[in-house]
Amino acid sequence: MKKLLLTSLMGVVMFISSAGLLQAAADLEANTPAIAAIKTSMQTRHAQMQTFYASGAIGLTQDGFIAVKDASAVPLSQRGGLAGLVKDENSDRARLYKEIAAANGHPEWQGEIQSTFAGRWIDKAQAGWFYQRDGAWLKK
Amino acid sequence: MKYWVIGLALAGALALPACVTINIYFPAAAAEKAADKIIDEVWQLKQEQQGTTSSPAESTATTPAP
Repeated sequence: MKKLLLTSLMGVVMFISSAGLLQAAADLEANTPAIAAIKTSMQTRHAQMQTFYASGAIGLTQDGFIAVKDASAVPLSQRGGLAGLVKDENSDRARLYKEIAAANGHPEWQGEIQSTFAGRWIDKAQAGWFYQRDGAWLKK
Repeated sequence: MKYWVIGLALAGALALPACVTINIYFPAAAAEKAADKIIDEVWQLKQEQQGTTSSPAESTATTPAP
């Protein structure tokens, strides 16, 4: 009887410590070299894109990407560059979501990571930037 | 007394797999935290906390000094 009590007590201790371990592992891995490279690339590009966000030429989509919202807000000479920036940014974003999922050993999380980012990009967007909701463009 | 022990063992047996299940499901809170950190870095928000983000601009500005 006493032995049984001791074993169950040990079980409880093990359960608590394993819960602690899970708590420690609750952070997502987002510091691999691949992710760092994507972040640097996006950071550099953002310096060029900031004015496009502010003028409403581009906006944040509901699915965690960006899109051209109003190309006429950009001088004709820069429109080709704008399309290229949007394309590159979106391919970096897609790679970012994929890499985070892969870095955590759950490639199937890619979609959920993407939708998490989608919400956070919009939440953190500056006032005056545009974002998409249910197909319509809204101004923050 | 005996019931108490059995109850405890049963609770433990039920709780442990539940814990494992949680770990398999998508960790939404952790993902939000990771997303926030990455977005802050990419958009260079909270710059006062990251002295490193302003260093490239500084280094190019100070090159003609010597």
